[in-house]
Amino acid sequence: MIEVKNVSKSFGKHTVLNDVSASFEKGKVNVIIGASGQGKSVLAKCIVGLHEVDNGHIEFDKRDFVNMPSYERRELRKEIGMLFQGSALFDSMTVEENIMFPLSMFSKFTKKEMLDRVNFCLERVNLAGRNNLFPAECSGGMQKRIAIARAIAMNPKYLFCDEPNSGLDPQTSILIDNLIREITYEFNTTTIVITHDMNSVIEIGDNINFIYEGKNWWQGTSKEIVKTDNPEIVNFVFASEFMKKIRENLRKDL
Amino acid sequence: MKIISQLGKYFMMLWIVFSKPDKFKVFWKRTFEEIQLIGINSLPIVALMSVFMGAVIALQTASNMDTPWLPEYTIGYITRSSTILEFSPTIISLILAGKVGSNVSSEIGMMRVTEQIDALEIMGVNSLTYLVLPKITAAIVFFPILIMFSMGLSILGGWISLIASGLSSTDSYVFGLRSFFKVSDITYALSKTVVFGFLIVSISSFYGYYTRGGALDVGKSSTQAVVSSSIAILLANFFITQMFLLK
Ligand SMILES: Nc1ncnc2c1ncn2[C@@H]1O[C@H](COP(=O)(O)OP(=O)(O)OP(=O)(O)O)[C@@H](O)[C@H]1O
Ligand SMILES: [Mg+2]
Repeated sequence: MIEVKNVSKSFGKHTVLNDVSASFEKGKVNVIIGASGQGKSVLAKCIVGLHEVDNGHIEFDKRDFVNMPSYERRELRKEIGMLFQGSALFDSMTVEENIMFPLSMFSKFTKKEMLDRVNFCLERVNLAGRNNLFPAECSGGMQKRIAIARAIAMNPKYLFCDEPNSGLDPQTSILIDNLIREITYEFNTTTIVITHDMNSVIEIGDNINFIYEGKNWWQGTSKEIVKTDNPEIVNFVFASEFMKKIRENLRKDL
Repeated sequence: MKIISQLGKYFMMLWIVFSKPDKFKVFWKRTFEEIQLIGINSLPIVALMSVFMGAVIALQTASNMDTPWLPEYTIGYITRSSTILEFSPTIISLILAGKVGSNVSSEIGMMRVTEQIDALEIMGVNSLTYLVLPKITAAIVFFPILIMFSMGLSILGGWISLIASGLSSTDSYVFGLRSFFKVSDITYALSKTVVFGFLIVSISSFYGYYTRGGALDVGKSSTQAVVSSSIAILLANFFITQMFLLK
């Protein structure tokens, strides 16, 4: 479980996060939604310490992260897997080397065991056999999936996915959603997913946080998001006519 | 004021760079890669520069020696001295500041703006030690080799130009090369080189690592890296020379 308490973050005069509190539960897929530029990625980066927060507390299973010395942070980070919005693959390494990298740095696996793990992860993202390509030779969607494979290679306790299915076709998108859900339930991971894909919000969102105007404006489950009449969230999530119809139908079922 | 805070940040960076590597096996592997990248790939340009540099020094010396009192071997002597003392260590280092400096800073800068450095940090890797320490080690180890190689080729270049132009004979050139030779000249030159190599790579890494923004900013930091490391080389050269001469 990750707890975020009263976190604020500004860049110069530009306040991005203003007193955000949220708790992300273990064994659940915690979703963050919000309009572009509202600070979702910044929030995720604050939680993992890539941005220092101006104010507030962050706890990983009761471990105070904000005041932690850097070597302890480094230890804790070995329990984190993160998918960056831009994939952030190491472009001097092949797909295989990318996924193997955290293993070769921190695991006690033999070469053979590492390779098995790499192939297993590649299979889970439907990219078996693409070991020797370089990131530049992969499509955007493939890069995303490779980055997911790298994020789950170490069996992380905390999994962050920044827009895991942007740029993916609907089928692959569902595959990735399912993968994230399986991993979360199977390994009791604390998973945080930032997404613009309302399909995945409703499908896999056990716990949804809506970031709006630098605050955690609304939170609840995927059932509650259908039920709520909060105008900001209804306008955001169910913006299109299509989604409005879906909302009507879902509300009938409840 | 800005320069002081930049300097502070630079020394803070060095402090982190010189931490124990996460895994020594990986460190050595990375160091060999960097020796290839920083050192071996610089051999052609160093060779080219050195041969022509030596040729010009020898020709200039020969053609300016019209007084009959100066013995012919002065040409060899001056070519050797200026090559070993200044031209190879300083001029070649300045060239390398351009080549290696821009390469190092754009590589690291690109990793910064594409979040690859963040990705390293998230895995728990000390990104500075992982990226920069092998580069510095490679530079410290390989720059002296590059410079010795340069010295040899420069002296060779001088000889070729003299023979080709008929301005001096092999015998007197070699005699000149061997006169008044002090081992301390070599020590002095190589110590300088180690310092220059360290400065180039650490300063360029600094500009790369703290790049903010996008591809355009990577270009800017790489220019900054070359300018600053060249200035650092000139300053260091001045102080090291003073130290050696005035002790
Ligand atoms: N390193 C930074 N320096 C300055 N400002 C930044 C930085 N990173 C983000 N911002 C600002 O913070 C705000 C939120 O950015 P963020 O990337 O978190 O948006 P987001 O909610 O993830 O949007 P998207 O859905 O488009 O990814 C933006 O206005 C952006 O300009
Ligand atoms: Mg974002």
